[in-house]
Amino acid sequence: MLEMKNISFKADDGKDIVKNINITVPEGQIVAVTGPNGGGKSTVAKLFSGIYKSYEGQILLDGKDITALDITERANEGLGYGFQRPVSFKGFRVRDIINIAAGKEMSNDELKDIMGTVGLCMYDYIDRELNSNLSGGEQKRIEIATVLARKTKYNIFDEPEAGIDIWSFRRLISVFESLRKTSSAGQLIISHQRGILDIADKIIVISGGEVTAQGTPCEILPNLFDGENCGDCPVGKRCSDE
Amino acid sequence: MNNLTQDLLSVIGWKDEAKNGAFSLRENGACAAIQSTENIRIDRLEGGKGIEMHIKEFTRGETAYIPACVTKTGVHDIVTNDFYIGEGAEVTIIAGCGVHSDEGEALHNGIHRFFVGKNAKVTYVEKHIGTGNSSGKRIDTKSEFVLAEGAVAVIDSEQLGGVDDAFRDTKATLEKDAVFTVKERLLTNGDNRVDTNFEVYLNGENSKTDVVSRSVARGNSVQRYTSNIIGNAVCTGHTECDAILAEKGSVEAVPALVARCADAELIHEAAIGKIAGEQLMKLCTLGLTRQEAEQKIIEGFLK
Repeated sequence: MLEMKNISFKADDGKDIVKNINITVPEGQIVAVTGPNGGGKSTVAKLFSGIYKSYEGQILLDGKDITALDITERANEGLGYGFQRPVSFKGFRVRDIINIAAGKEMSNDELKDIMGTVGLCMYDYIDRELNSNLSGGEQKRIEIATVLARKTKYNIFDEPEAGIDIWSFRRLISVFESLRKTSSAGQLIISHQRGILDIADKIIVISGGEVTAQGTPCEILPNLFDGENCGDCPVGKRCSDE
Repeated sequence: MNNLTQDLLSVIGWKDEAKNGAFSLRENGACAAIQSTENIRIDRLEGGKGIEMHIKEFTRGETAYIPACVTKTGVHDIVTNDFYIGEGAEVTIIAGCGVHSDEGEALHNGIHRFFVGKNAKVTYVEKHIGTGNSSGKRIDTKSEFVLAEGAVAVIDSEQLGGVDDAFRDTKATLEKDAVFTVKERLLTNGDNRVDTNFEVYLNGENSKTDVVSRSVARGNSVQRYTSNIIGNAVCTGHTECDAILAEKGSVEAVPALVARCADAELIHEAAIGKIAGEQLMKLCTLGLTRQEAEQKIIEGFLK
């Protein structure tokens, strides 16, 4: 189980970003985190991965306290992390980044499988450079492929749907479902998409840096965002006031 | 041939199969071995000053090797090589230079001229490296390319490290439909210095050039990149300098364009900075340490 216990994190200016958050991601389950923009969802993902440091509370991976571990150490403990905005690398081919992720030179058959999983033809992409010549959606799918190639115990995906077209999105959902069926990996997915929330075992709503609701999709979806403030509204206007 | 030369040759691209084709092997300022083929004739210049290579018209798929090594302290090797590539030929020339010195100076100065015939294509691969403890290892090159109508020259050049001082000067003039492409990769460390200059004249209608230099400056090393593309006709030109700085390395990039024709389309780009934090972060999330990530990023960047 991947656990976040009583985590609080402040910005450099002292502003509370997340407040006393508790999250558990059991093995073999999909936990979706949703909520308004600016509510603290991506911060939670970055706290899990070790990108953000200096926080209060504890993070445990299968009972082991990984709070003091850095990004690399957490990755090597079995934590995968898919970036919301994929990173470009001049000179890196798609093949290079996937091999680094896998920790070995993958065979063409293995590469074909992993690329096919994210809806890309290996032969069309594997020797292309990881730069802005790839569309946002292509970069995003390759980003997801790098996480899948690691075969980690727990994966964190920060808005995996961003930049992906609707046809590929359906395939993406089937990737998460398939991972649940075929592996014991636990998955934490930050998402606004109904399609992802629908397949989750548990939905956690984060707003204003706090967990405001959690439960099964049946429990959460009917009343999602009821009574929420519009996070980005400069006057904090309630949606219901409009 | 001494062991040091053999070690350097293996790094700069010499292969055993080179002996089956045309080659000229230069060691410590003198010709060590030379061989011509039916289509590629290599003549020595008087006094061992260099070679003249003549490639027959419509020669296809042949590769010639012309490595040079300096392994003796105090040697200042100056070599002049001229290449005549016949009409319609398509060949590869693997050059490369290695200098080794543990004390004192070891210098190589290569002056190359390429005359690329109508519709001919030459791919010129050049690797430079320095080894040994001395701080007097220097490699200078002065290359000139003259491209006839429809000619293509593809330059793949890298300086792999260990060269204390280098001055690299490349000039090209292009006639109608000619294409001149350069991929340069430089790695400097310690107190290395390198100056690299490009000057490309697009004189012919629809001539094209793409000059891209990627470099990494580590330690206290200093690099200076200048490029000047001169569009004298309907043409397209692009020059780009991308540099990564590590430790106290420094890079000065001065890309320049001169358009003397309203239909000349010329672009320059330059970007200098340290390794992006998000790149390091991404590779760390894949299980690499920060040092391993830096190394991978630099290797990929210079590949």
